Amino acid sequence: MGSVLLTPPIAILAFLQTEFATGEQKEVGFIDWAWIQENFTEDIVPAFFQSIYLCFISLAIAIIISVPLGILSARYRALYPPLTAITGFFYTIPSFSMFTILLFVIGFEIGATPAIVALVLYSLLVLIRNVVTGLDSVPPETKDAARGMGLTDRQILFRVELPLALPVIVAGMRIAIVTLIGISVIGAYIGAGGLGTLIFDGITRDFPTLYVTGAVLSTLLALAADLLFVGAERILSPWASRSRGAT
Amino acid sequence: MDEFKAVLQRPDFTDNVIIHIEYLLLATLIGILVSIPLAVLVHRSPSASTAAINVGNIGRAVPSLAVLVLMFPVFGLGFDSALFALTLVAIPPILINAVVGLRQVSPQILDSAKGMGLSGRQILSGIQVPIAAPIIFAGIRTSAVQVVASATLATFIGGGGLGDYIVEGYQRNSTAIALAGAISVAVLAFITEVGFWGLERTFTPKGLKIAQRRGRTGK
Repeated sequence: MGSVLLTPPIAILAFLQTEFATGEQKEVGFIDWAWIQENFTEDIVPAFFQSIYLCFISLAIAIIISVPLGILSARYRALYPPLTAITGFFYTIPSFSMFTILLFVIGFEIGATPAIVALVLYSLLVLIRNVVTGLDSVPPETKDAARGMGLTDRQILFRVELPLALPVIVAGMRIAIVTLIGISVIGAYIGAGGLGTLIFDGITRDFPTLYVTGAVLSTLLALAADLLFVGAERILSPWASRSRGAT
Repeated sequence: MDEFKAVLQRPDFTDNVIIHIEYLLLATLIGILVSIPLAVLVHRSPSASTAAINVGNIGRAVPSLAVLVLMFPVFGLGFDSALFALTLVAIPPILINAVVGLRQVSPQILDSAKGMGLSGRQILSGIQVPIAAPIIFAGIRTSAVQVVASATLATFIGGGGLGDYIVEGYQRNSTAIALAGAISVAVLAFITEVGFWGLERTFTPKGLKIAQRRGRTGK
């Protein structure tokens, strides 16, 4: 019952409906394929790459912030509750509100910057939580063994704890990137560019080809990113693939 | 500030608050009515459960603006179209959590229930659902908050709601109007988060709370 399984048939249905309902006299169908062909390299491809850029740069910045904060909160527990409270607060603010507050209250200029700031703020909760959960999941015996082998605290962190926590951290990245793609689409409204631009232009120009292209491509991008990180998770935790099952 | 208050006092503001709350309650409720029976249906079979979870994960990946926009050519502009899209947004988190929740009940507990002579239905309603309740409610909370956020976008397909003011604020370049929309949506999202969190606590069985506490102190 996931929406994606329904959306393509619905899009096709809508396409057929208008195609047949209006009969032969109509030259251009619901989807104007000629337009897609003409504007593919100028409009569609750059929008696609702009979306990828927005999401991955935001994810990268969020990782750079979250991993140290996660390591610190795994060490000093007192940090963790306030940190989840603050990042949870950001996470709950609806994205359209967040963009509006960043523009009208904080005073950002229209463009990619406020979108990236919002996307980073949204990723923090999931990433920090998964870094902490990942580090917590390392068995104390393993750390004891490492210490017994004469590794220093720093060596234990980088050679034992982080590698073992990596699958959980990557699982967090997976949730984050999918959320980011969904939100970045809305960022086009404040001039961040990307596939959302096609959607909003399509709505204002009442040109279905544009917004259907934007919607379908952003869906495909989210699914591809999801698959990419599922794959990474599997590769990083070969020992867990059999027992862990679906989640 | 006066301008901000003036927006909140507009008669259409109350209407749009009500529309937004209708989206929240209806989409979440329909989401529950679709997801939970489905989860009950599939949870016994490992392959059906995996399939349901994968479908849920795929559904969760679809950007909510894309779902809304793709409904528009089918159902046209308006409330119904947006409600249908928002229901699709609400289903995946509830479905995933319900399947995971029902499946994580330990086989020992199920065996002892069977040994006590409980029927399949009794085991489901008396044991599995209460144990899974916190996880299911967490899924419902995720969905509800997401519906509040996504309903802001209903304005783009003529569905009304508080998003109207954000868009109006951008179009007229009015900070007061944009913030009246943005802040009221954010407040609604927080109320939803806290309210559903309260429900989650209420529906967690007492024994489970004790076990959770023990588990925490035990480690």
